Amino acid sequence: MIELQGVHKAFGPKRVLNGIDLTVPTGESMVIIGGSGTGKSVLIKCILGLIRHDAGQILLDGEDVTKAERDAFLARFGMLFQGGALFDSLTVWQNVAFRLLRGSLKRPKDEAREIAIEKLRRVGLKPDVADLFPAELSGGMQKRVGLARAIAAEPEIIFFDEPTTGLDPIMSGVINDLIREIVVEMGATAMTITHDMTSVRAIADKVAMLHDGVIQWTGPVSQLDESGDPYLDQFIHGRAEGPIEAVR
Amino acid sequence: MSVLAPIAGIGRSTMAILAAIGRVAIYAASAVSHIFRPPFYIREFGQALLYIGYFSLPVVGMTALFTGGALALQIYAGGARFNAESVVPSIVAIGMVRELGPVLGGLMVAGRVAASIAAEIGTMKVTEQIDALVTLSTHPMKYLTVPRVLAATLAMPVLAAVGDVIGIMGGFLVGVTRLDFNSYAYLKNTVDFLESWDVVSGLIKASVFGFIVATMGCYHGMNSGRGAQGVGRATTNAVVSASVLILAANFLLTEMFFAQ
Ligand SMILES: Nc1ncnc2c1ncn2[C@@H]1O[C@H](COP(=O)(O)OP(=O)(O)O)[C@@H](O)[C@H]1O
Ligand SMILES: [Mg+2]
Repeated sequence: MIELQGVHKAFGPKRVLNGIDLTVPTGESMVIIGGSGTGKSVLIKCILGLIRHDAGQILLDGEDVTKAERDAFLARFGMLFQGGALFDSLTVWQNVAFRLLRGSLKRPKDEAREIAIEKLRRVGLKPDVADLFPAELSGGMQKRVGLARAIAAEPEIIFFDEPTTGLDPIMSGVINDLIREIVVEMGATAMTITHDMTSVRAIADKVAMLHDGVIQWTGPVSQLDESGDPYLDQFIHGRAEGPIEAVR
Repeated sequence: MSVLAPIAGIGRSTMAILAAIGRVAIYAASAVSHIFRPPFYIREFGQALLYIGYFSLPVVGMTALFTGGALALQIYAGGARFNAESVVPSIVAIGMVRELGPVLGGLMVAGRVAASIAAEIGTMKVTEQIDALVTLSTHPMKYLTVPRVLAATLAMPVLAAVGDVIGIMGGFLVGVTRLDFNSYAYLKNTVDFLESWDVVSGLIKASVFGFIVATMGCYHGMNSGRGAQGVGRATTNAVVSASVLILAANFLLTEMFFAQ
């Protein structure tokens, strides 16, 4: 279980997170929605310890994440970055199998490659991309390789930062199904950031909306349409008029 | 208040410079401490050695060749003023081996290697690849910095040694073809007057310069600002700071080694 209590983060004078309270129970799929630039990526990076939050507490299974033993802590996580963040000096399969080629999860090269190819297939990529370099792939393909890398070591907790942005509708469907599958089959806890309402409905157990540095609304996906929250309504219907200013 | 404003400005920039020196020193110390602690990334070290060492050979070789030649001409012209043309071989050798081989080689490698390390790591930083490394339980200091710093520290003396030989050869070629030196006498003169400490001190310097180059490249890359502009600035800062530090370190080491 991931618990955030009063988490604050500012960059210089710019206050991005302003007291976030959020609980993600084990085995659930939480989707974070919110306008771009509201701090969704920052929130996830704070949980992973990539960015140090200024105040508040982040607990994983009751333990403060800033005090956890880093290697053991990170080994439980998989993360898909918003831009893919593939290593350009390594081939696609070496990217996917990165964790399996070194460190505590190290295994023989052939086996690591086989696992990588299997994961690539799960995200809808053919084995012949395995030996290409990331720069030779389209943006959408890079995203899917990033996804394959995030799930390669079968982590308990997976973060997806905009997994379907830049993909065509069919591939988005494939990825949505995959994320759902990972949560159901592997029993993983998932936190997904997205703007795509089809995605939200396909993968969420619960939804949280981030606005103005706080969780504006949170609840099960079934209550999304009858929340009565003007901010949420404006967001899910994509209206220009409403309490959220279009110019930010 | 306005009277004190310039002084406050001086104070502020002094503080900023001291803080920057502190950060670099901490970074360098941390890099050194990580060299001796596992895990070790052998493959990355090999690649760094190839890139920093082997592929720098042409640049360092050319620099040494032309510098050795020019040095011979200058010393001949200078020596002629007091009938001491015969010192050309020994002064060329000592000049190359003690000073110009390591320093010019170091500066050329700073331009080539510090820039490319800063650009590569800076790009990794702005495209979240460094964050991705961390989430994949890999320490960026061990995976990116240590292989490069170690490779540069070990490769630079070898490059300098090659540069020394080529530089002396440059002087020899000019001496024999343009200055009417007897080729046997030139070589004998070189060998007779060169002491092993001349060579060794130069190689130690080179090693320090290699450390400086890679450390500055990695430091500025890791602290790159956001976007393409951030990477550009990191690259410039890496080359400028590495070059200045090389010259400063050269002075200090020379003082340490040779001051009476
Ligand atoms: N490392 C950083 N340094 C300074 N500002 C940052 C940094 N990371 C994010 N920000 C700022 O924080 C805000 C939220 O960013 P982000 O979390 O990426 O938004 P999004 O919700 O679209 O993912 C943005 O205004 C961004 O400029
Ligand atoms: Mg984002």
